[in-house]
Amino acid sequence: MMAARVLRAVWPPVVFGVAFLCLWELAVVVFDWKPYFLPRPSRIWVEFVDNFGLIRKSAAVSGANALIGLVAGTVLGVAVSFLLMRFRLLNDMLSPLAVALNAIPIFVLVAVFNNMFSLTSEVPRRLMVTLVVYFIVLVNVAKGLRQVDVTHLELLRSYAATPTQVLRKARIPNAVPYLFTALKIAAPAAVITAFVAEYFGGSQNGLGTRITSNLTANTAAAWAYVLGACLLGLAFFTISILLESITTSRGASPRGGNR
Amino acid sequence: MSEGPAEAGGAAAVSVRAVSKVFNRGTVKQVDALVDIDLTVAPGEFVSLIGPSGCGKSTLLRLIGNLIEPTTGEVLVNGKPADRARLDQDYGMAFQQAGLFDWRSVAKNVELPLELKGWDKARRRARAEEMLALVKLAEFADHRPWQLSGGMQQRVAIARALAAGPELLLMDEPFGALDEMTREHMQAELLRICTETKTSVVFVTHSIPEAVYLSERVVVMSPRPGRITQIVDVELGRHRDVDTREDAGYFKKVTEVREALRGFEVDELDAVGQGVDDR
Repeated sequence: MMAARVLRAVWPPVVFGVAFLCLWELAVVVFDWKPYFLPRPSRIWVEFVDNFGLIRKSAAVSGANALIGLVAGTVLGVAVSFLLMRFRLLNDMLSPLAVALNAIPIFVLVAVFNNMFSLTSEVPRRLMVTLVVYFIVLVNVAKGLRQVDVTHLELLRSYAATPTQVLRKARIPNAVPYLFTALKIAAPAAVITAFVAEYFGGSQNGLGTRITSNLTANTAAAWAYVLGACLLGLAFFTISILLESITTSRGASPRGGNR
Repeated sequence: MSEGPAEAGGAAAVSVRAVSKVFNRGTVKQVDALVDIDLTVAPGEFVSLIGPSGCGKSTLLRLIGNLIEPTTGEVLVNGKPADRARLDQDYGMAFQQAGLFDWRSVAKNVELPLELKGWDKARRRARAEEMLALVKLAEFADHRPWQLSGGMQQRVAIARALAAGPELLLMDEPFGALDEMTREHMQAELLRICTETKTSVVFVTHSIPEAVYLSERVVVMSPRPGRITQIVDVELGRHRDVDTREDAGYFKKVTEVREALRGFEVDELDAVGQGVDDR
């Protein structure tokens, strides 16, 4: 039963994917596209297998940057959202700024960070990922802590609950689904930021730089690194989905939210 | 007139004296929500507040529960100032939204007020079981609230409101979102429970039949500014059942409350219209 359902969900994208790759392969041959324009998928796969060791190493570098930034940004975002909750004035001052900053492509700051640390340091990249994740987590978790059901607040007041008790019994549990929403957005963003940050200088050791450094000499190898980058992004996204499913199976409402 | 039977002996369950409430005082949005309210509820008495939208009946209930403070006047619950009574958890509250916490089991929801009172785990668990048995939901203790129907959720909310053993229940249209049949069933259940536990109730409702069926006294309120215009003594005795709803005396009281409300119907529409304009 279950297997049949999974199969039904899986086969359409698989069939489409295979068909797409075949068409791609065919198009390159038929139109005689040069390898520097678009290499054949089979050629990319060969390069992927040949370079697997280096791709894995580069993925580990970019992945570590993304993961460290993701964890640091999450911790920082959660911590600051609690501070904003606790101190209303701080909230009024910082919340609009956080939203505004979130709307601009702040990862260009990595150029500034690069200037602050030694040339081979990974710190600027991690810092950049941290910052991107931090804003996503902050905005969402702060919302989850604030937007509590009015009935819940009135009930807790009628139980003579202290502010700390209101935080523990209503605000924090209410914010948990918001945190996972944030992580689902932040995990892919962390990977993207880690790649893009590599284009702003520093060591040539991550997937991002390897894509550009191979582009002219061996385009198929560059594409192999792109494939590696896709897999890394997928891995991060899958982890965030798994984390969320653990908490929902623990008993949050399927409607989500907080009614 | 509002000095009801409560003055007879002991502290009244609720005593509201010369209370008024003004929202947004001194601004263009100023609203005189309540003016000159006097109301006494005797221990064990069931009193309904009824009136059109905007008459301040929910505001009055929130004043009694000390969720908001009166602008002038005094509110006493069990003879104590309302804030003291709230800190002592002298009353339980229930709202139109059951307001259950989705991340807690049904039993844990009922235990919440007891947790905040500092009861130990075993005592809480036993009390929650007892309360869920009272609302006939014992076998749903480990369910999540969202797995229950609306009527069942509301029963959990009532069990929670009664968990700490308060002598007073404050209820704001608790059955407003339920269908008619569930609603009548819930009304009968509420009466049974309150009689068993000797709880006084202040009950806000939009429904005339509901107010008459449940109450010993129905307090009729007028809108903008909210004030008490009439108090109808229901005089149907404390025991009420399905036959009560077909009783001639019951219909007479329904008519009496309806007559008392009739004057506001036009004003109500007016007030609602203004309310929209105000915002």
